[in-house]
Amino acid sequence: MSIAAYPDTWRRPPFIASATWRWAIYLGALAYLVVAAGAVDINWARLAEGVARAGRLFVGFLSPNFTARWSDIALGMEESLTMTVTSTVVGILVSLPVGVGAARNLAPLPVYLVCRAIVALSRSFQEVIVAILFVAMVGFGPLAGFLTLSFATVGFMAKLLAEDIEDIDPAQAEAIRSTGASWLQLVNYAVLPQVMPRLIGLCLYRVDINFRESAVVGIVGAGGIGATLNTALDRYEYDSAAAILIIIIVIVMAAEYASSFVRKGIG
Amino acid sequence: MPTARAADGASAWRRTTRAQDLLRWFAWLLLAALFVFSWNVMTKDTIWAFVRDAPAQAADIGGRMMPPRWSYIVQLSRPLWDTLSIATLGTLLAILLAVPVAFLAARNTTPSVMFVRPVALLIIVATRSINSLIWALLLVTVLGPGVLAGIIAIGLRSIGFVGKLLYEAIEEIDHAQVEAVVATGAAPAQVIDYAIVPQILPAFAGISVFRWDINIRESSVVGLVGAGGIGLNLEASLNTLAWSQVSLILLAILGTVLFSEWVSAKVRHAII
Amino acid sequence: MLRIEGLVKRYRTGDIALDGVDLVVPAGEVVGLIGPSGAGKSTLIRCVNRLVEPTAGTIHLGELDVTALSRRDLRRARRRMGMIFQEFALVERLTVMENVLSGRLGYVAFWRSFLRRFSAADVRGAFATLDRVGLLDHVDKRADALSGGQRQRVGIARALLQGPDLLLIDEPTASLDPKTSRQIMRLITELCAERQLAAVVNIHDVALAQLFLKRIVGLRAGVLVYDGPSEGLTPEVLTRIYGEEDWTRTHGDADADDDAARATGPRPELIRAV
Repeated sequence: MSIAAYPDTWRRPPFIASATWRWAIYLGALAYLVVAAGAVDINWARLAEGVARAGRLFVGFLSPNFTARWSDIALGMEESLTMTVTSTVVGILVSLPVGVGAARNLAPLPVYLVCRAIVALSRSFQEVIVAILFVAMVGFGPLAGFLTLSFATVGFMAKLLAEDIEDIDPAQAEAIRSTGASWLQLVNYAVLPQVMPRLIGLCLYRVDINFRESAVVGIVGAGGIGATLNTALDRYEYDSAAAILIIIIVIVMAAEYASSFVRKGIG
Repeated sequence: MPTARAADGASAWRRTTRAQDLLRWFAWLLLAALFVFSWNVMTKDTIWAFVRDAPAQAADIGGRMMPPRWSYIVQLSRPLWDTLSIATLGTLLAILLAVPVAFLAARNTTPSVMFVRPVALLIIVATRSINSLIWALLLVTVLGPGVLAGIIAIGLRSIGFVGKLLYEAIEEIDHAQVEAVVATGAAPAQVIDYAIVPQILPAFAGISVFRWDINIRESSVVGLVGAGGIGLNLEASLNTLAWSQVSLILLAILGTVLFSEWVSAKVRHAII
Repeated sequence: MLRIEGLVKRYRTGDIALDGVDLVVPAGEVVGLIGPSGAGKSTLIRCVNRLVEPTAGTIHLGELDVTALSRRDLRRARRRMGMIFQEFALVERLTVMENVLSGRLGYVAFWRSFLRRFSAADVRGAFATLDRVGLLDHVDKRADALSGGQRQRVGIARALLQGPDLLLIDEPTASLDPKTSRQIMRLITELCAERQLAAVVNIHDVALAQLFLKRIVGLRAGVLVYDGPSEGLTPEVLTRIYGEEDWTRTHGDADADDDAARATGPRPELIRAV
């Protein structure tokens, strides 16, 4: 065959084979974007005003003021940190039975359904919404934040734990079961050793998340550094707000570094 | 005596040494002490009378929530649409900004490990550590209340998330494929297009959809600080103690979240 | 075509991979490069197109001093050197055609390659090359849907589409079964003869090398210890390259089982047969 006989164009086969569907999806996506972008009403006058505020915010960040509101900041940090510790511990303790119950290969159906419902409920709502409800029940303060973060931790940990348990090697469970072990012995000898390493990693990760969330539940009155930040911004004290944000970033970075350190030590 | 020897044998069989055991118990003790201490500090100002009253409060609120004020749904359609838009446009914004940051942060694509990479990593950590609600708080003071602040808040928070997962994916690619394309004499941009992008595309799609799913939840609350979406209605209903509207809003959020979970599961399935 | 003089490569760890290698390969000649693992075969090949930067020495491609080139000129020089890899190194998630066309990347502007709009001549060339290696039916398949032998054919087509003067071939058959290995080696030697290409084939299967290649170069610990016809690989020479081993013992039929040859080293009856 001479070279001229070969085709001189080539197109990559499209990702979506049917041309109708392809164009429908492209046009649909484009139309959605246009409509959605149309929902953004920009108030140019307010925006112009905002430029000045952005400038002051920026200046505030260049010269953070840790001292002016130090007692407020210290109280907020104290609440955030204690909230993180207590809610992580309680949340993980509660998530263990719920997680085992939400694993289809270990739990009977009624228990499974109840535990899955708890997980789904906890995961569907953003922490702040849960915090609003707890504040309404137990009043303002870090206790509401603690309850919120514990509840969120249960949903997070139980779901991942249940998935891990469902993924365990059935051969090992079979082997233990064939020795005539009881259900608790089965969990202890066949399930725990398989899920433990990842579980520890997840716990550390959750500490990290709980601290970050503890910084926002304060916005709705559930204690923590978020309340201090909200107040600082309301009073236009951008230098104090900057100080708070810097403290949050530093603590999150330190937590991340520490947890990677611990994980290496375990792994 | 055989039994004594058996007992000896058993103790020699322990999984850990005595020193390790001690250390482990000490660590647990430390954790317990930390917990008790934290609990005491945290609850020093708690008014326990309120807490004891909580079940009654919960029952009271629950009673007022039921039945939801169904007619209110008409006023919720626009905020729900805004909530979806905030999540989607915010995610798109984040992707647009996170992709270059990820390439600058990945060890194998960054132009300079010494200078550029630390800056990119700092951007990733800083945007990740600040919650979208705090971003919204800052942006509302700058831009004024509205959907725009919400979009940018969600976008900024997601840069770190998308950037981190994406740069990890870039660092894990198969280097042989890159080497082969480099060996053809391709320019750096062509190497990225032909050797790196095809390898990270599935991870990229998965990460984007995952973050969109999370952002639906986040965008339902940015309204609490004025950044648009259904959170605005939640705030207003809470302020007027209109609990029957609050329950309807919560149901609407639940529906949206379930919808987004269904969509993202479908999309992930289509990719893999 | 290729002239290597005094090539030295010292890695940052201090390991000396190449210690003063001299090698000349004229156009149209295929040289087999043999030697134990860690002798520096891979490093030598990668120094030629500077995927690995040489520490000292010069490499000339025709009149061009490859070691003295700037980044941009190096990319131009790389177009003239096609490379074929052990694990094929295809971009798994791209189609066969995209993989082959990536051989033209050095010639094409970014936007054209980005839109996959290659020139008519390039596309025709890609089809012709795919036809030559027997893959015309697989053009639109993704590379990860192919068998090992088919993937290596794509790798060969990609290198050919560069329009190279020199092929650098790194263990082309190490991931293939014995029969496919022979087919691939035959294809490579035929193509080099057809197009008068110089080639350096890095290969650990001595029997296979002797079967297809006339000239063999032996590398040991970064030093060339043999350069001559494949008939000259006597047990003494093999000992010089690989170290002490009973090179005269025979067992089994080499044609039936090349894998055994990998495990036990080359067999003399083959050495004499070629």
